[in-house]
Amino acid sequence: MSAPSEKPTPGWLAALPAAWLAVFFLVPFAIMLGVSVAHRVPGGFYEPGFELASYARFLTPFFGKILLTSVALSAGAAAICVALAFPFTVILARMGRRAQTLVLVALLAVLSLSEVIIGFSLSTLLSKTAGIGNFFAWLGLIAESRAYTPSFFALMTGLCYLALPYAVLVLYPPVSRLDPELGEAARIMGASPMRAFWTVTVPMLRAPLMGAGILVFVFTLGVYLLPQVLGQPAHWTLSVHITDQAIFQSNLPFAAAMAVLLLIVSLALVGLTLLLGRDRAGAA
Amino acid sequence: MNGAVRTGYVLAILALLAAPIVVVAGVSLNAQQALLFPPPETSLRWYGALFTTSDWLVPLRNSLVIAAASAALAVLVALPLALHVWSRSGWLARALSTLGVAPFMLPPVISALGFLVFWVTIGMYGQMTATIVSHGVFLVTLPVVTLSLGLGAMDPALVEAARTMGATRGQVLRTVILPLLLPYIVSGYAFAFVLSLNEYIIAYMVAGFTVETLPIKIFNSLRYGYTPIMAVVAVLFVALAVAVFGLIGRFGNLPRLLGADRVEER
Repeated sequence: MSAPSEKPTPGWLAALPAAWLAVFFLVPFAIMLGVSVAHRVPGGFYEPGFELASYARFLTPFFGKILLTSVALSAGAAAICVALAFPFTVILARMGRRAQTLVLVALLAVLSLSEVIIGFSLSTLLSKTAGIGNFFAWLGLIAESRAYTPSFFALMTGLCYLALPYAVLVLYPPVSRLDPELGEAARIMGASPMRAFWTVTVPMLRAPLMGAGILVFVFTLGVYLLPQVLGQPAHWTLSVHITDQAIFQSNLPFAAAMAVLLLIVSLALVGLTLLLGRDRAGAA
Repeated sequence: MNGAVRTGYVLAILALLAAPIVVVAGVSLNAQQALLFPPPETSLRWYGALFTTSDWLVPLRNSLVIAAASAALAVLVALPLALHVWSRSGWLARALSTLGVAPFMLPPVISALGFLVFWVTIGMYGQMTATIVSHGVFLVTLPVVTLSLGLGAMDPALVEAARTMGATRGQVLRTVILPLLLPYIVSGYAFAFVLSLNEYIIAYMVAGFTVETLPIKIFNSLRYGYTPIMAVVAVLFVALAVAVFGLIGRFGNLPRLLGADRVEER
């Protein structure tokens, strides 16, 4: 008699979120796929059709440069962020709950900040009148204040600023689940703290570290405003060009084709991270 | 690593993260329309200007309406989704949990373009409703994650007990499950609200030329030169994020919410 009320919600209720996400999430992707093979009408929009002209543009040097820029910037940011975030997370996970909560609030606050605000804040910090140039001049390191933006250095700083909290939060669950007694055991057996870190902690976390690197890579691939605020036109990434083609060049098919490529790359990389995680779970 | 080095490293990273915000906070106090740090004369006039000039008041209102509505939408979709995934297994539950997490995992520019072509196709491009629905879908992941954690932490014996005492399905949901989930509903809403306020690319692609939000307004004005009002907005956004996450940390268990299993009470 209690059988009909075993579950907290009736089965048909799942139709609501399923239909909602199908209409507003899957259908847009399907349309985008359709647009990417549609025929471009110069100066106008596009007309339905099937041609691979937009995809063929991937083979041009113009596109090759964009792809190379995007990949190089994201790979650099991922390497720097994981290298900085890993020791940070290990230390964080051993703090008391109060201290951990405070640090996490700070990280979440930075993580939630709009790219616009981060770009604006960093370009102020690196500017001539309000930034570190003033500070260095005051210290006597340089003769006169100067601006450090726009530049490759400014852009990389911005990417790392954006992605560092993300890297910490991705590493936080696996690091905090690591048994602290393992490190202690190594130390009791006579290993120095540094040695215990490199021979016990790091190898145990190899898969999460690689996973974090990949996720930061995908995360920074989506960066759109920072290259425009902190970088030069040569630093424009795939995401900037997708928007540029869609809004300013009115070439929706090419924008959609680039987005489809980005989608495939991201899905493949996220899938790879999930596989890495599964291997680890299987081994444990 | 000894204690001092560890604390030093954490503080150094936090200081680097704080540096731009400190400079921007200083810049926002300039008495003149200039971005000088440290400011030669200080005044709060730009804080007043944000709330009195219609140039900035309209984007402020747009941003708040969109964030409030889209976060509510995200929670409304996430709640039945999380309950279904929690109590059932099978292909539908698996598909739903993937769909719930996917929007947030992909680079947002992809979803932004998807939304753009979708709204153009059905003729709603440029309307605020389009921005609200798009944000609601994009941010659904956050309440899905908090609600799943909340359901996972719930003691099944409570539901069992209520059922043994003769409570109907609706009564169990209303009087046991939803009250226990309330903190997770609130934090899911708060996460989505803050992120919607800060979101740029989707809002821009879907209705950037007609429905200006604060991030769009800032980016558009960057081209015509910097004013301290932008710094004011940045300061307010940071303050709001700290307040929201601080409250979640104060009344909830933030380390657990972010995936830590063992945290010593100290």
